[in-house]
Amino acid sequence: MTVESTAARTPRRASSGGGKRASASAKKAASAKQGAAQGRDAAQGGEPELVQLLTPEGERVENSEYDRYVADITPEDLRALYRDMVIARRFDAEAVTLQRQGELGLWPSLLGQEAAQVGSGRATRADDYVFPTYREHGVAWCKGVDPTLLLGMFRGVNNGGWDPNTNGFQLYTIVIGSQTLHATGYAMGMAKDGADGAVVAYFGDGATSQGDVAEAFTFAAVYNAPVVFFCQNNQWAISEPTEKQSRVPLYQRAQGYGFPGVRVDGNDVLACLAVTKWALERARGGAGPALIEAFTYRMGAHTTSDDPTRYRRDEERAAWEAKDPILRLRAYLTAEGHADEGFFAELEAESETLGKRVRDVVRNMPDPEPMSIFDNIYADGHALVDEERAQFAAYQASFADAPVNAATGGEVK
Amino acid sequence: MAVKKLPIAKAINESLRRALDTDPKVLVMGEDVGKLGGVFRVTDGLQKDFGEDRVIDTPLAESGIVGTAIGLALRGYRPVVEIQFDGFVFPAYDQIVTQLAKMHARALGKIKVPVVIRIPYGGGIGAVEHHSESPESLFAHVAGLKVVSPSNSSDAYWMLQQAIQSDDPVIYFEPKRRYWDKGEVNTDAIPDPLHKARTAREGTDATLVAYGPMVKTCLEAAAAAAEEGKSLEVVDLRTISPIDFDAVQASVEKTGRLIVVHEAPTFFGSGAEIAARITERCFYHLEAPVLRVGGFHAPYPPARVEEDYLPGLDRVLDAVDRSLAY
Repeated sequence: MTVESTAARTPRRASSGGGKRASASAKKAASAKQGAAQGRDAAQGGEPELVQLLTPEGERVENSEYDRYVADITPEDLRALYRDMVIARRFDAEAVTLQRQGELGLWPSLLGQEAAQVGSGRATRADDYVFPTYREHGVAWCKGVDPTLLLGMFRGVNNGGWDPNTNGFQLYTIVIGSQTLHATGYAMGMAKDGADGAVVAYFGDGATSQGDVAEAFTFAAVYNAPVVFFCQNNQWAISEPTEKQSRVPLYQRAQGYGFPGVRVDGNDVLACLAVTKWALERARGGAGPALIEAFTYRMGAHTTSDDPTRYRRDEERAAWEAKDPILRLRAYLTAEGHADEGFFAELEAESETLGKRVRDVVRNMPDPEPMSIFDNIYADGHALVDEERAQFAAYQASFADAPVNAATGGEVK
Repeated sequence: MAVKKLPIAKAINESLRRALDTDPKVLVMGEDVGKLGGVFRVTDGLQKDFGEDRVIDTPLAESGIVGTAIGLALRGYRPVVEIQFDGFVFPAYDQIVTQLAKMHARALGKIKVPVVIRIPYGGGIGAVEHHSESPESLFAHVAGLKVVSPSNSSDAYWMLQQAIQSDDPVIYFEPKRRYWDKGEVNTDAIPDPLHKARTAREGTDATLVAYGPMVKTCLEAAAAAAEEGKSLEVVDLRTISPIDFDAVQASVEKTGRLIVVHEAPTFFGSGAEIAARITERCFYHLEAPVLRVGGFHAPYPPARVEEDYLPGLDRVLDAVDRSLAY
């Protein structure tokens, strides 16, 4: 096995996430120091470093590079992060249920990726702009998007359906990787405006194979655009493992483009918050783009249409369950005395209320009017659309006007 | 009144200059558009006068150019993108079709993406492959895009102004073989609406419909036909999405005969769409089937035989004869 392929494979076995705490695989990498992973290659025979501030057991580990980005975090902030993750998971579970009940056509679950999404999402400011894939329900929550708005496209009542400028959260993008270029262009525009904000482009491990992502890296680097590329490596692009996408750890791609890349424990909300803050601050300060690889796991299926039992083993999922992002923060909060049972109970009630609201809203979402097919195709109008709209309206009206179908002689409904 | 005699390429240059000058949100982006002034010199001198931040030499990546232009448009800019040659647009086709065309509708009209994509197109310049194609139908087929093509300097100037001012994405096809044809441009005029056809020559016996580079060919054909006593009307379509079918219909109701001429292959080409719709609209006025003159269902041929592939005077007149024979 080559060095490169070893580097690409070992993280999947590093069940402890490569933190200070010794694991079988971490021992192999005794020379690899915890902490600064930025822009560094894996040492030969070692494994890529991974920024971690909270172990899977909920123990806080020091990190000389990134601690400063969460140095002022309060117990209240930590509880808020916990709340975000629980709500994101509860919302996601409700959406999966709604799909199973036939209320949604499809749902891409974020289960397991709550820390990556909430940590990075909470690192953004109101004036930062997010370009998501179609799985960033937790980021949407952090940006203040009403979760029920995310469900319209999956119910089939619209193809997007929210105003991206209300919360700085662009529409979901289904074709893989396209949005990284939009994010880069938007960031170029922010820089031209002299704005203080920055952009976060979300994408997955599979997307790193797309030409558009490579071009986004190129443009962002050349124009020094204030964009953070946040890759959630959830290990699977539908059925294909990351090894089918890359022979090097994904964060190392950044080096070839001339900006730093960091691998972070994607199930550690504190580390994701810290690393994303670092990247956003340097982007705002004019230091250009950075790539963050949040090393995480897609606990569920790719979407509700997928069957992961065909391509991955239960043992793998079980190993990642031990690294659950919510449980580790709960362990930390409890151990530190930052949260009591009352807090957890209250949050449970709040998330149930949200689940019920989501259910009610979705079930009452009206189907769009047929004539809305012709809406908003063009901002300035289009003669053909006008003509076809009029023809279709006349056709529809013909049923209402004629009690008997002229062609068949039969009754009209 | 400022009337200048300008070649089409220079008219586009002046139009870009005016847009950059009057709207600080307008950007020009593309490969080699800066110091070089583009491979056809259409953007000559613009970077010198407006700076590298507004006339942007991009990396050599068409999808990246259009994709970042979309992002800039979302931020409030009005990017005017240059694709160097017709055959080079396809790396960007996904961004244009999947993203650019649909974004306004996906956001229920809440956002606009006013990106103009300039594409020098068509053959007749003796180029190597991928430099002579006419892919306009591939864009006209996509809802959310508008597609236009000027045939003369005045339209080149004004239609680009209007395309840049449009809140919709516009694919602006430039007839590269006519870049150096001169014509008058009145920069103080009140132009015709962008999506209206123009009668380039009046006639009574048959209608020729064309756009872009083929307008000149059709005007030459009409002049030649006149010497034989045939009166041909030439309609310069100007806009391919939407098509001004009212103008074509009015002409066909007068002449009873229609021949559509374009460089693009006739199979699934804009001529097919025009034939179908005009047949519906003018069934009782037509004296002959609608005929098409265009490229063959073949890859654009090597330069040494391109004149046999491209519609020329004789092929247009042959179609006129066939139409009149009904």
